[in-house]
Amino acid sequence: MKQFLSFVKKEFHHILRDRRTMFILLGMPIVQIIIFGFALTNEVKNAKIAVLDPSKDAATVSLTGELNASKYFDVEENVVSYDQIESAFKKGRIKLAVVYPQHFGEDLEHLNQSAVQLIADASDPNVASTLVSYASAIISDYQKRVTDERKLPYTIKTEMRMLYNPQLKGAYNFVPGVMAMVLLLVCTMMTAITIVKEKELGTMEVMLVSPIQPLKIVIAKAIPYLILSIVNISSILLLSVFVLEVPINGSIPLLVAESILFTLVSLALGLLISSGAESQQTAMFISLVGMFLPTIMFSGFMFPIENMPLPLRIISNIVPAKWYYSIVKSVMIKGVGLGAVWKETLILAGMVVFFISLAVKKFKIRLE
Amino acid sequence: MRTLKFLLQKEFRQIFRDPSILRVIFIMPVIQLMILPWAADYEMKNIQLSVVDHDHSEYSRQLVNKITASGYFILTEYDNSYSQSLRSVEHDKSDLILEIPAQFEKSLVKESEATLFMALNAINGVKATLGGTYLRSIIQNYNREVRTEWIQFPRFSPEPNIEIASSNWFNPLMNYKYFMVPGILVILLTMVGANLAAINIVKEKEIGTIEQINVTPIKKHHFILGKLIPFWLLGLVVLTLGLIIARLVYGIIPAGSFFTIYAFAAVYLLAVLGLGLLISTYASNQQQAMLISFFLMMIFILLGGLYTSIDSMPAWARTITRANPVAYFIEVMRRVILKGSGFADIWDQFAIVGGFAILLNGWAVWSYRKRA
Repeated sequence: MKQFLSFVKKEFHHILRDRRTMFILLGMPIVQIIIFGFALTNEVKNAKIAVLDPSKDAATVSLTGELNASKYFDVEENVVSYDQIESAFKKGRIKLAVVYPQHFGEDLEHLNQSAVQLIADASDPNVASTLVSYASAIISDYQKRVTDERKLPYTIKTEMRMLYNPQLKGAYNFVPGVMAMVLLLVCTMMTAITIVKEKELGTMEVMLVSPIQPLKIVIAKAIPYLILSIVNISSILLLSVFVLEVPINGSIPLLVAESILFTLVSLALGLLISSGAESQQTAMFISLVGMFLPTIMFSGFMFPIENMPLPLRIISNIVPAKWYYSIVKSVMIKGVGLGAVWKETLILAGMVVFFISLAVKKFKIRLE
Repeated sequence: MRTLKFLLQKEFRQIFRDPSILRVIFIMPVIQLMILPWAADYEMKNIQLSVVDHDHSEYSRQLVNKITASGYFILTEYDNSYSQSLRSVEHDKSDLILEIPAQFEKSLVKESEATLFMALNAINGVKATLGGTYLRSIIQNYNREVRTEWIQFPRFSPEPNIEIASSNWFNPLMNYKYFMVPGILVILLTMVGANLAAINIVKEKEIGTIEQINVTPIKKHHFILGKLIPFWLLGLVVLTLGLIIARLVYGIIPAGSFFTIYAFAAVYLLAVLGLGLLISTYASNQQQAMLISFFLMMIFILLGGLYTSIDSMPAWARTITRANPVAYFIEVMRRVILKGSGFADIWDQFAIVGGFAILLNGWAVWSYRKRA
């Protein structure tokens, strides 16, 4: 035991000595939370638009004014031809163009009928459809005002309620995702690289000839990263509660316990990678390509899994982060208990056992 | 010049000798470009819908049929109790609840008005809003049908009516992959360039071979150029590979000229490689170099506008974005490939990225010391 503890101490020295690495490992979650929390939104606002208005009457001026006054649109320029619209799109100056016909106001007044054309830059399809629907809503509001709010007969009204996240904050969705990403990065990638580094530098040989059991060497390497992860989990949770105002609705001990379970899966994966890789570069690329990208893609926090073609949906089941993400979302935001997430928990536990036994089996105590 | 030739020979040998590097350079981008665009599809399909029907009338059935026939929704439950449906949302079995009140048909016909109730799982705000919008537009369509069933509209509309027509330029079918593929291509080029360059010099430091170079009369800029040129060429090869895949797999043919794409990519790669080299002159071991480059890449990519629009970011984040080469390249690729922009449309991005290239490489040469 004393031997083991001194190995753990040695690993801590390794980590604490390298200030830059320490700084990044502890700073990463904080930077990610800030970027995701404040910079990335799928909400569309301040979209620049161009107006092609050959009639220039009271109706078009007030309608354009209303578009400009909303938080979604800023009128960037007035154009006189379709060619100018195209060139503004190509220069990336605008996202939407509003085109009025001639005699817009007159037609509306006398014929009770007029038209507006919306031209969207559909190179970003979702932004395009969102902008078109915002603009349509503003135009229909204007129309309602013109008709003095007279109600149409036989109207089906809809009421919407947003469950769990009434303000539609992005944070509810990404905090669980960031937790999964950071834990994977710290545990899988760093553990794999430190072990392979010893192989590369030849110090592994020195340790293997010492009287300590080989397995203990490896476990001693994992422990500092486990502790580092717990620090990171706490800082993410604190930041999300106090800075992003995302509540923890479920039980905190359960959340922490599940996080430690996921940390164990990540550590086991790190050990597995290190037993296969011979150079740090290989270890890094396997963890990046084999672990990190699948986590971003298949955990469901950036890209919705149910949209994917069937083969990818099947693959997503072997990505541990998917299960962890779903657990954190349920426990933290929906506030449900172990009863609702026992299946996911069991799957993660099974993964720990599987990966560790595979890693132990592949771990070589002899050098080639 | 002769020195440079020998250095290049050495670098190319080192690269082609190591199968793991080659795998990273060629196979990784291909696989990612084949898989990522399928995963990164924000077009909502298969939204799981649970219907609570208290009415069980002709109209409520018609409406539900209309919704399921639209192809956006999958009916997971057709129940009588709201609490049951709520439980299924809790267990992630449905995303959206539509509650049809009792007397829905009656009040629509008699009182000329009826209300439907929707509840959405809004943990993922985007999905909830899009799902709600789809459902609402289907209901509105249905509403229009019901209305025409009951009333005959006169030839001239009795109320002022503004017709809204919308058209989608540059991507009329609204194919989300057209949007993602050019962006993903940029990310691949960036990762291959910056990571490999960052690790390369540090590896020489760690193994100690850099000392052997330091004691030779090789000039500093020769050394940096010798590291730069091979990866620059490989980057252009990766780009070519990516464009071929975009053409064969996704049917994307650039609307602009290939010359514009390659010219911009050539300048951009210089900037990214410069960044990688800069990291490697400062880092003391490979692990550190990887972490630093990974950390920077993450910030660059997240703030690069790959899937969230830069315009909606707050002012401070947009300021950071000005110093982000990835954001410029993503923007330029999308413009050239989808909209057919030419040199005249992108010259300011060109100048800025060119400035980055000079700055970063100059800094890398300056900070590289021929000392241990």
